[in-house]
Amino acid sequence: MKKTKIIMGMPITVEVVDTISGSDLDSVFKYFKSVDERFSTYKTTSEISKINKGLPKKQWSPQMKAVLDLCEETKRLTKGYFDIHYQGKLDPSGLVKGWSVNNAAQMLLDKGLKNFYIEAGGDIQAQGMNPGGQPWAVGIRNPFDIHEIIKAVRLNNQGMATSGTYIRGQHIYNPHNIAQEITNVKSLSVIADNVYEADRYATAAFAMGDNGISFIEATPGLEGYMVNSEKIATYTSGFEGYVENDA
Amino acid sequence: MLIKKFMLSLAVLGIFLIYSAGIRHQSPVLAKPSSLVASGSTPSSSTPPSGSSSTTPSGNTGSSTTASPPPTSTSTSGKYKDGTYTGSVADAYYGNVQVSVTVSGGKITNVKFLQYPNTHSTSVAINQQAMPYLQQEAIQAQSPNVQLISGATFTSQAFVQSLTSALSQA
Repeated sequence: MKKTKIIMGMPITVEVVDTISGSDLDSVFKYFKSVDERFSTYKTTSEISKINKGLPKKQWSPQMKAVLDLCEETKRLTKGYFDIHYQGKLDPSGLVKGWSVNNAAQMLLDKGLKNFYIEAGGDIQAQGMNPGGQPWAVGIRNPFDIHEIIKAVRLNNQGMATSGTYIRGQHIYNPHNIAQEITNVKSLSVIADNVYEADRYATAAFAMGDNGISFIEATPGLEGYMVNSEKIATYTSGFEGYVENDA
Repeated sequence: MLIKKFMLSLAVLGIFLIYSAGIRHQSPVLAKPSSLVASGSTPSSSTPPSGSSSTTPSGNTGSSTTASPPPTSTSTSGKYKDGTYTGSVADAYYGNVQVSVTVSGGKITNVKFLQYPNTHSTSVAINQQAMPYLQQEAIQAQSPNVQLISGATFTSQAFVQSLTSALSQA
């Protein structure tokens, strides 16, 4: 069963190979809606918007505190490159997407499902096998032409996320030098054990510019594929192990 | 006091530089801290009486670019204040390094590593740099059969907002 809905301003797709009830599938989308209600910086009624207008810390929800703690942890792990403080406001969007996809995948795993994927705006958690009994085949979009795929990888119980500036509306900046635009790196895709790790490290490493792919290489458990403005891809030593060769 | 702390951290940084140079040569990692304790304590014992306390450790640990410190007004000139000081966590790229320094009798008597990159093979890899492991290729359009696509967020909320406002004028 496969279903797509627009939530959090982006298409979210869930495809489950195993037998799943309609209500179980709907519970995943309900979860994403609840995340959007709490964390959307575009909704004036969301908790994060209220916090940015001065809601006292005592009134923050446990979920909010947990996410903000994870953001701080991520900042420490990424040499300060993952920073949700911007212009005096908090914006945990760079973590919430991967975090929520991972939580939604966990919901399905808890129901005993083994073969499915969840994809939200290019962030993917792929579990088990596709309907053809193969690991899920995931394409990396060409940052110079959104209709093209430049690489295909096979994922089996892994997460993947891509950061880039080629789509209008996405803002990633270098917190150590806000004025410096990230122009040389067009996109950076990261594969990790889960989409939460992939997303937060893709965001941080993208902000590092040219050095980001070295940071991915140096961080255990991550593989990456970076495309620069010269249309050259640089990839980590273990990335080829995921590449689909018979395409 | 602040200046002292600053200079202590300079000393710690210098010690760390020696430490990382040691790792670069693939010496057993655990041998380094003890040898550094020795190098840290020796120079301070040979401090010239006229010398300011702060130039001593940095000079002896290789940070020769350190600017001469402003004169200090404390009464312990030429000596550190006794005690144990914990340095800030220094980023060694593949891991953090943090040391604590014990001063007694105005001299550094012990330097203890509270944190250091604990995977030796990783540390060696760092110093040989990660770049050689990376590979490159020119990107090329492919037409494989994929179930899904990873890319930068296609329809961001900002885009939707912008679109909505644009349509409202249409």
